[in-house]
Amino acid sequence: MTELVLFFIFGALALVGGLTVVAARNPVHSAMGLMLTLFSLAVFYVVQAAHFVAAVQVIVYAGAVMTLFLFVIMLIGVDKAENLSETIRLQRPLVVLVGLTVVVVGVFVAVGGRFAWITGVVGAGPEVNGTAEAIGDDLFTTWLLPFEATSLLLIIASAGALALAFFRPRRREGKEEGAP
Amino acid sequence: MTVTVDWYLILAAVLFVIGAAGLLVRRNAIVMFMSIELMLNAVNLTFVSVGRELRDLTGQFAVFFVLVVAAAEVVVGLAIIVSIFRTRATASVDELSEMKG
Amino acid sequence: MTEWIWLVIALPALGTVFLHFFGRRIGEPYAGWIASATIGSSFVIGLIAAVPFLRGEAHAETVYLFDWIPALGAHAELLWDPLSALMVLVVSGVGTLIHVYSIGYMHGDERFGRFFTYMNLFATSMLTLVLANNFAVLFLGWELVGLCSYLLISFWFTRPAAAAAGKKAFIVNRIGDFGFMIALMLVFTTFGTLSYSQVLENPGELLGAGTATAVGLLFLVGAAGKSAQIPLYVWLPDAMEGPTPVSALIHAATMVTAGVFVVARTAPIYALSETASVAVATVGAFTALLAATIAIAQRDIKRVLAYSTISQLGYMFVGVGSAAYVAGMFHLMTHAFFKALLFLGAGSVIHAMADEQNMNKMGGLFGKMKITGWTMAIATLAIAGIPPLAGFWSKDEILGTAFEKGGFYYLLWAIGLLTALLTAFYMTRMFILTFLGKPRWAEGVHPHESPRTMTVPLMVLAALSVLGGLVNTPFRLGLEHFLEPAFEGVELAHAPEGALLWILAAVSVLAGVVGILMAAALYLGPEERRERLLGQIRRPWFAMENAYWVDQMYGRTIVIPGKKLSIWAAFTFDNGVIDGIVNGVGVLVQRLAAALRPLQTGLVRNYALVLAAGVVGLVVWFLSSGGL
Repeated sequence: MTELVLFFIFGALALVGGLTVVAARNPVHSAMGLMLTLFSLAVFYVVQAAHFVAAVQVIVYAGAVMTLFLFVIMLIGVDKAENLSETIRLQRPLVVLVGLTVVVVGVFVAVGGRFAWITGVVGAGPEVNGTAEAIGDDLFTTWLLPFEATSLLLIIASAGALALAFFRPRRREGKEEGAP
Repeated sequence: MTVTVDWYLILAAVLFVIGAAGLLVRRNAIVMFMSIELMLNAVNLTFVSVGRELRDLTGQFAVFFVLVVAAAEVVVGLAIIVSIFRTRATASVDELSEMKG
Repeated sequence: MTEWIWLVIALPALGTVFLHFFGRRIGEPYAGWIASATIGSSFVIGLIAAVPFLRGEAHAETVYLFDWIPALGAHAELLWDPLSALMVLVVSGVGTLIHVYSIGYMHGDERFGRFFTYMNLFATSMLTLVLANNFAVLFLGWELVGLCSYLLISFWFTRPAAAAAGKKAFIVNRIGDFGFMIALMLVFTTFGTLSYSQVLENPGELLGAGTATAVGLLFLVGAAGKSAQIPLYVWLPDAMEGPTPVSALIHAATMVTAGVFVVARTAPIYALSETASVAVATVGAFTALLAATIAIAQRDIKRVLAYSTISQLGYMFVGVGSAAYVAGMFHLMTHAFFKALLFLGAGSVIHAMADEQNMNKMGGLFGKMKITGWTMAIATLAIAGIPPLAGFWSKDEILGTAFEKGGFYYLLWAIGLLTALLTAFYMTRMFILTFLGKPRWAEGVHPHESPRTMTVPLMVLAALSVLGGLVNTPFRLGLEHFLEPAFEGVELAHAPEGALLWILAAVSVLAGVVGILMAAALYLGPEERRERLLGQIRRPWFAMENAYWVDQMYGRTIVIPGKKLSIWAAFTFDNGVIDGIVNGVGVLVQRLAAALRPLQTGLVRNYALVLAAGVVGLVVWFLSSGGL
């Protein structure tokens, strides 16, 4: 019963957040919308016994990543309302068309009811409990190699970000760069 | 009435489609980036939900790794946006069309 | 020592590389001495390695170096048998003398170092050719000597005539090489390998009589190109545009004998085909006669020697074509001595006369150039076949063998005898016009004897021309015993014995003497008589002087139509058809690209839309095709 209530409240919040991301004129509002969605998902993770993932979601995503987003928005000064009218011809109608197709397919699948969402053995064994201990146990045994690989990835990413930050475009004499 | 895995999956699908639509409609690179994050999170939700249904912790590990990769991606992506902004003074991807045929 | 025989090739190769990079810096005369030292060392190594053969106690040995083309049975492998030993000694021995001579001859040339680079490269290539143990390595050397010939003929490439002569030599040789290559392919398809040891061991097993004839004739085509036989001899006279030591080394002593060597090497194949052997001998005999008649009327001293070389090569072909392989190789060796000497002597004369080659502007040089004069006299007598000089023994052995064979070979013997008379005549004529009589020098020419580096090789070669024939006399068949192991399983033809031998020898000596006397009478006698006699045969003389216009005929029938065809192919066919197709494809791609270009908008969101549409489309397809 609790789950049902939580699902409807935070499901609605997640959708509102998602729509805000897409529809807000001001990027700062978009960021706030995304934050809302992220928090809602964190709630769902807790509900589904993924405690560690929920914590990481809040700390890394809602904390670090969103801060970074806001930081960049402020830095490059796009924190004001922008024109949302479409400039590319046919882009909007086609997006609508593609979207409608997805909706139709989705409805068709949902109503048809014959579609197996999940293939595999369902409900065998004990309920999962994603505590930090359970995750840590497996992470440093079964998943050690991918885990170490991600550390390498993070180092490369930070080095790449540094390199890009230090990059200064060279001025070519008298020539507008990249003119078509 | 209990919440089944299907509900979560449908919610995730809707969020995913919203993200995809944002990616196609918005021209501010930062907002597009946020749309991508939205899509990634939608997928994460499916991982956790299906993992719970299957009584398997692997779904949560997938989320963990997606999270790390997304973080790395955000760092590099935002750095690229900043350096583009420094040369072009714009965050609109429509103005970056030098590769036009 | 045999396992070190690869050094014979490696040393000049090393010299080539070294001189290529440092030849100019080292300069005169050290570049020449280095080149001479490398090939001289090759000679010494060859001599030491040949000692067991001289003792008559060793068998042929192969020296395996490394895998090259296993599919062809062609490894980098050398064959050290009496035949290759003889060739190595001739090539490196005569080569060393000519290298030393060149130090003097090329004095003052601005590309002194480069000249010796090429000379060493030639030595490398020629030694590779003779030491090969399979047809692939042989062909490698065969092509490389052709290249060196080209490079050295057109060494003074700023002279149009030299450049043209180099081209001509190369192209005419290509014709021969074409036959040679087909022969190799035929050998490969028949035997499945190019290795001597498998092909020549017992060729009769796999080689039918018809194929043997075909292979033999095709090898003859190749040999005719390289050894300047009818109909491919026309390049050799023009090759005289090269420096004279080159003429001596490549176009008299060594490279041009490669054809003879190949026929001797493939003797087991020729033993299977009477037709091919007769063809070799016939081509040789007619070439000998034709070239000798042309040589009679030449004015240019080097051209006389060039045609003489062609003629003598013809003798060698008669020898190897009569299955007298030893006699052919014997003549190859003695010819290398006296013809190298003649060329080097001519070079000495040309050097002294300030690059004058016309004999009509020489005369009376004997007093000025004692050493050159005496050595040239020896060489003249040697080639004229006067005993006991070298030419007599080898030439007589060939003629004797041909006579002994009988039948059709009687004709070849007669031609050979006539050629011997003509040879004696034109050589004496050349000697008289050059060294005797009154001086007819151009103004400002002061003949002088050449430096020591040039005269010493002359004297050594003169000694060899005198004594070289003694290695294989009817009294003591030294060379024959030496070479016999190389021709195991091949029936060798022999010169006659007893009274017939003496009669034939007397006849051929008589021919030589008559030739000499005729020339002496004509050219030492009063001038009016000569004018009158030559006037009576003015027309044939004119034809001989112009080499029967063979060059012009080739030009009319082959070169000009060939050029026209090339022009048509280049300008009509290539521009119209080939370029048309290529351009058409290009235009088509351009049009297509122009039509597709708008698709690439450069807008990221457009691409993303297409991507999304694609994904959705795939999902729809999956679902509709069985997912639901």
